Amino acid sequence: MSNGNMNLTLKVWRQKNAQTAGKFVSYKAENISPDMSFLEMLDVVNESLTHKGDEPINFDHDCREGICGMCSLYINGHPHGPKRGVTTCQLHMRTFHDGETITIEPWRAEAFPIVKDLAVDRSAFDRIQQAGGYVSVNTGGVPDGNAIPIPKVIADEAFNSATCIGCGACVAACKNASAMLFVSAKITQLGLLPQGQPERYRRVQSMVAQMDEEGFGNCTNTGACEAECPKEIKLTNIARMNNDYFSAKLFRQEEIHEQNH
Amino acid sequence: MTLDAKIPQGPLAEKWSKHKFDLKLVNPANKRKYDIIVVGTGLAGASAAATLGELGYNVKAYCFQDSPRRAHSIAAQGGINAAKNYQNDGDSVFRLFYDTIKGGDYRAREANVYRLAEVSVNIIDQCVAQGVPFAREYGGLLDNRSFGGSQVSRTFYARGQTGQQLLLGAYSALNRQIHAGKVKMYTRHEMLDVVTIDGHAKGIVTRNMLTGAIDTHAAHAVLLCTGGYSNVFYLSTNAIGSNVTAAWRAHKRGALFANPCYTQIHPTCIPVTGDHQSKLTLMSESLRNDGRVWAPKTAAIAEQLRKGTLKADQVKEDDRDYFLERKYPAFGNLVPRDVASRNAKEMVEEGKGVGGSGFAVFLDFADAIKRLGEETVAAKYGNLFDMYYQITNENPYKQPMRIYPAVHYTMGGLWVDYNLSTTIPGLYALGECNFSDHGANRLGASALMQGLSDGYFVIPYTLGDYLAKIGPKKVDTSHPAFEQTKQDVIAHVNKLLALKGNKTVNEYHRELGHIIWEYCGMARTDAGLRKAKGLIQALKADFWKNAIVTGENEEVNASLERAGRVADFIELGELMIDDALMRKESCGGHFRVESQTADGEALRDDENFAFVAAWEFKGENQPEELHKEPLTFEAVHLSQRNYA
Repeated sequence: MSNGNMNLTLKVWRQKNAQTAGKFVSYKAENISPDMSFLEMLDVVNESLTHKGDEPINFDHDCREGICGMCSLYINGHPHGPKRGVTTCQLHMRTFHDGETITIEPWRAEAFPIVKDLAVDRSAFDRIQQAGGYVSVNTGGVPDGNAIPIPKVIADEAFNSATCIGCGACVAACKNASAMLFVSAKITQLGLLPQGQPERYRRVQSMVAQMDEEGFGNCTNTGACEAECPKEIKLTNIARMNNDYFSAKLFRQEEIHEQNH
Repeated sequence: MTLDAKIPQGPLAEKWSKHKFDLKLVNPANKRKYDIIVVGTGLAGASAAATLGELGYNVKAYCFQDSPRRAHSIAAQGGINAAKNYQNDGDSVFRLFYDTIKGGDYRAREANVYRLAEVSVNIIDQCVAQGVPFAREYGGLLDNRSFGGSQVSRTFYARGQTGQQLLLGAYSALNRQIHAGKVKMYTRHEMLDVVTIDGHAKGIVTRNMLTGAIDTHAAHAVLLCTGGYSNVFYLSTNAIGSNVTAAWRAHKRGALFANPCYTQIHPTCIPVTGDHQSKLTLMSESLRNDGRVWAPKTAAIAEQLRKGTLKADQVKEDDRDYFLERKYPAFGNLVPRDVASRNAKEMVEEGKGVGGSGFAVFLDFADAIKRLGEETVAAKYGNLFDMYYQITNENPYKQPMRIYPAVHYTMGGLWVDYNLSTTIPGLYALGECNFSDHGANRLGASALMQGLSDGYFVIPYTLGDYLAKIGPKKVDTSHPAFEQTKQDVIAHVNKLLALKGNKTVNEYHRELGHIIWEYCGMARTDAGLRKAKGLIQALKADFWKNAIVTGENEEVNASLERAGRVADFIELGELMIDDALMRKESCGGHFRVESQTADGEALRDDENFAFVAAWEFKGENQPEELHKEPLTFEAVHLSQRNYA
């Protein structure tokens, strides 16, 4: 049962899998409450499709509180919809108006192949992290947590980069399908902290190499990624990454370390 | 069956060191001959998989999400406890142990909890070394804050996203091992059964959620790190995908399930707005420092508020009932979670609930704003006020917040001994999916601590002992037990796919949630529980007749995934009822109306119920058999918790 009074038309991308062609299919979303989240509105549509024996619309979602990064809908031309600084699961129907037609697509990027309908394969992001998004320490035998003081401003800045949820909105927003905001957020977080220094220049090279191998495009400084990022990760992360990357490519490792110490 | 917790001999403070020395070791060259399966990649799973990979074992890790980074540990907000005593305020391993045992209302094992407190200090060091950006002071050292149930500042945090930062730390360690080839990661794979040979766990059966392929995987040991079962209530603060299936299928293969009725209900969540609601969002406990909880004095006023003909700020002071301040003058709005939750429920039952649905009370900041000014209140709670506004479209600076309790953690889980082994040798349970450390009530900032303690610092030691004893002889899927278990899974999947009735799986899930919440939620009675048992049995029968499952196996099929999970939740729900019915005392989150003090507090019965209830599956639709592990206390004195 729904308990609202909004009636909407949805144009939803349906695609069985990566091998078959997809198309837009229209659905009615009726008696929608403005208090529903966007995903709850889709739940209502799916319940009625299920009752009719039709296949529900497939989309990725999990925590529904804006932190897991799983939800990934391209709504009316915007990743995560028209509101700034929120994920799809935190977008509420009061953002839309009665009678509106809403277009819902998956992330579109060559490096994110379609899984089914609105869900895409973002494993390329995992492979980039696996290439170097870590500090090489084993469990145990590490120094005391207070052994290395870190200035508060540095810790806070590293935290701001570390809040990336890996949803891929930056790629979906970019005309080049560039993943540089995502990659640079991790490089910046670890590059700012003392723990990340020993592998700083190795890390940037291996992560960028993997990023290129996955088929993501380059950055042309349009800034759409920053504008659409639900966690408002700043474009300056990309500047930091480029700085480290060029340092790593232009100088020998020993020289860079001398410059920095 | 006799339950042997395998608690080491000797003084409490020396048990773990002594035990570590007594455990057998696997030499470095032999470690590569062992295969380990880890199911789930939250704090417990990711930390275990990474650490075992570093040690040299061959690890296979599984998660149902599209990436290991999405596990629901990511959503934990508050922080992580550790007995560092950086604040010089009198903290110690013993104090953290004591607070945790007491907070759990004396229903946890002393030895486990002491070990947890002991290794808590290592966790912080480990996370800092990984580059976790914890909050810091201007001097560059780590910052701490206070949490409920303790009088010291021992909680480490990363703004309101501590779980995210700790999980991404563990995920990075896991990624390093994947890159090194020591961990093979299987995403979008759901574990549907455990394979046992001669009583030992030797592998699992999974369904590939992209292709529908049902596959078998062999290993020398299997670690379940699959989280809690709050979603049995349908609405909870858990992620939509969080489920009990892996643990439940293991239970049906012989692993005992302990204390299923111990569930934690958090008093301050954003209330339900309608039947469409799919999950609940927490509002931090810290708000009760300045917010005042109230309901209208009469049902008539509440009715006007529900209809919207009266606004909350227009209700006269004389018409408001600040019920926590009235009933608990000493603690006021800061009574413990269970007490605050039960009182809100009582108000609603008396017809005094507010909001559109009537299932809410107010949390009012008007006095705080008058006293401190809006700016100060915003500085303290701004992000929470924003989140509230985002979801409800109401400005909490102008109108009081509407809040209602919600389920967000389960203390019960698979029974494990001191080594984290379930009753199936070779099958281990870590993190929220086991029952071990929180007794009948978990303290804030302790869940993250337990997940990482189990994964980083306990299992790497205790698992080696088992592996050394069974030897490195290769295990593969050629044994007929693998094919047999696979066929069982296929039969179960086909049975689900054959359901072409008239009610969606979601509707059954919601109904189950209503039953459990009503009769096995904040307050439980003998009569109510008996009624609930009948309702659940009827629901189960109806599910297997009238549910609708769409699509087929050989494709992405969310309907099928959901159906399997809900079918397991229904069975677990019945066991929760049995457990709650058996435990005639009140303790922690388990409140039996028949067992309360004159002040309405939970009244334990230590003489008859100081035991862990561990349930054994005896076959489909058969009553489960209860086994008792007595709890003995040497270091702490059992007392009645008192908040008056």
